[in-house]
Amino acid sequence: MNSYPAFLPAGDSALSVAFGDEINPEINARIRALCDALAAKPIRGVRECVPTFRSLLVLYDPCRLGYDRLVQKLRTRLAALGGAGQGSQRVFVIPVCYGGAFGEDLAFVAAHAGLTKEEVIRRHSAPDYLIYMLGFLPGFAYLGGLEPALHTPRLANPRTGIPAGSVGIGGEQTGIYPLASPGGWQLIGRTPVRPYDSARAEPILYGAGDFIRFAPVTEQEYVQLEQKQAAGGTIWEVRQGCV
Amino acid sequence: MRIDESRALTIQSPGMLTTVQDAGRFGWMASGFSPSGAMDLAAMRRANLLVGNSMDMAVLEMTMTGVTATFGCDCVIALTGADMAASCYGQLPRYRAVAVRAGDTLICGSAKAGVRSYLAVAGGFALEPAMGSCSTSLKFGLGGYEGRKLRAGDTLPLRCPELPVPRLEERVLPAPLWPGDATQVCLRAVLGPQDAHFTQEGIATFLGGWYTVTPASDRMGIKLEGNRIEAVHGYDIISDGIAPGSVQVPASGQPIVMMADCQTTGGYAKIATVISVDLPLLAQARPGDRVCFAAVTIQAAQKAARAEAAALHRLEKL
Repeated sequence: MNSYPAFLPAGDSALSVAFGDEINPEINARIRALCDALAAKPIRGVRECVPTFRSLLVLYDPCRLGYDRLVQKLRTRLAALGGAGQGSQRVFVIPVCYGGAFGEDLAFVAAHAGLTKEEVIRRHSAPDYLIYMLGFLPGFAYLGGLEPALHTPRLANPRTGIPAGSVGIGGEQTGIYPLASPGGWQLIGRTPVRPYDSARAEPILYGAGDFIRFAPVTEQEYVQLEQKQAAGGTIWEVRQGCV
Repeated sequence: MRIDESRALTIQSPGMLTTVQDAGRFGWMASGFSPSGAMDLAAMRRANLLVGNSMDMAVLEMTMTGVTATFGCDCVIALTGADMAASCYGQLPRYRAVAVRAGDTLICGSAKAGVRSYLAVAGGFALEPAMGSCSTSLKFGLGGYEGRKLRAGDTLPLRCPELPVPRLEERVLPAPLWPGDATQVCLRAVLGPQDAHFTQEGIATFLGGWYTVTPASDRMGIKLEGNRIEAVHGYDIISDGIAPGSVQVPASGQPIVMMADCQTTGGYAKIATVISVDLPLLAQARPGDRVCFAAVTIQAAQKAARAEAAALHRLEKL
C-alpha cells in the first residue's frame, strides 16, 4: 500500500507525484496547488508538469537535476503548501446547441435516463464542471460532476468522424471534442467554441482547475455565434467563482 | 506562400513518411500536446552538429524510404540514422558533412537496416515554429511543413547561410553499429511508475525474454509481442501522465513503448520506462526485430543521459 504523496520514477527524465488512488476534487486540488507553486517559482531543471486526476507528472532535465535532489525539493515544496490550493475559480461559459442534427443521441440519453430531452438539457447545463485534467487531444477536458442520472454507456460502435465542438456523454463523463476525431460518446449537442485553435493567441482555452458551464442556445443563435467568431469576436464568457 | 526555389529544397519524391522534426515541442503537455520531435534524437542531433547547426534545429526525418530532392542553392548537408543508400553524383556517405551545389539532386533509397534517416542542412530550414517548435505533429496537423508529411512538389525554404561550414573534411563521425547487421537490441529501462501493478512473475517475464516489434508500430508507439506480462489486478489505472519511453501494458499483456507522438495521458499501467539514451535504438527497430529489456537504476540512467549530453557538447566543437 502506498502512502501519499508517493514519488514514482518515470525513467530518467520524469517522475510522477501520486496524491491518491481515486478521483475526487480534494486530491485534484492538491495536485493543482503543487503545479501552481512550481509555475510561480520554478525548480531549476524542471521542464514542465502535467496535472492529471490524482498525480502530477514532472518532466525534468537529468543533466541539471538528479532524481534524489528533485524529490527532496518537491518534498520541501509540498510541506510549504499546507492544505489544498485555491484553484483558479474561473468558469468558462460555453454556448451549446442541444439536440437536432448537432446532438443526435439526445433522445437516447433522455430515454436511458427516463427524462424528457428538455430535462436532460436543463440538468446538463446546470452545474459547473471541474476540469480535472487535459489529455487525449489538445484541449480535451476531463470533467467531473456529471449528474448520475445522465450517465450513459458509450456507443457499441464508435463513430469515425465526430465534428469538432461536439458535446457528448461517455459513461460517467461529459465533455467537448476539441478536434474532429473518432469517438464513442453519445452526442447531445455542439458548441461553436473551439477549445483548441492553433491560430489563437492562447491556443488552448482553459486548463486543469478551471470550470466549464454549458449554456443552451438555439440553432439560430449558434449560427450567429459562429459568424461572430468568424469575424474575430469572442463567443464564450469567463466568470469568476462557481455556483 | 510562394517560395523562391533558388533558396529551397524541392521535393521530387517524398518517400514513405518524411516530416520536419526538431527536438520537440515542450511546455504544452499539460494541454494535451505530445512533444513530437525526432524519434532518433541521437542521430538527429549528430546530423545537425556535423553541418555546424545547433543540435536541436529542425531536420527531415525520413521513414523506411527517403526523399529525392533538389537543392536550390549551394549547401552543406549530413545524413545520419538508417542507411538509405543515398547518392548525389555517386554514393553519399552517412555521418559526414558533404557539400552539394545548387541544382544537385539527392536521391535516397530504402533503409537497408533501421527505419529512420535524418537529413540536416547547414543553416537549417526557414520555417516558422508553431507553438515553440518546428516539429510536425501529424495527429494535430501542427508545425513542420504545413503540419503534414512532405509531398512531391513541396519546396522547403532554406536559410542558405553565406558563411561556409569550416573544416568540412574533418566533419566526420563513426556510424553507430545499430541500426546495422544485428536484428536484436537490448534496451535499458527504469522500473515504474506502476511496476507495483504487476506480479513478480510479470516483471520477470518482461525482463526475461525477447519481444518482437510488430508492424503496428509508429511515431506514437512501438507495439511489441512476446510473453504475456501478468498484472496483479487488471491493467487499468486512473489515467495519468505519460512520459516518452513509458512501457504501457494493456489487458493483452503485450507491451507498448510510448514514443514521440504518444498521448500525454493514458489509463494503462506502465511497468517501466525506457531510458532516454536508449529510445533512439528502439526508434530504429524494424518490424520483426527483437528487443529485450534490462532494468537499471535511475542513477545509472541519469549518468548515461549526462554522458550523452557531454558527448554532444564535445561535438559542438567539431
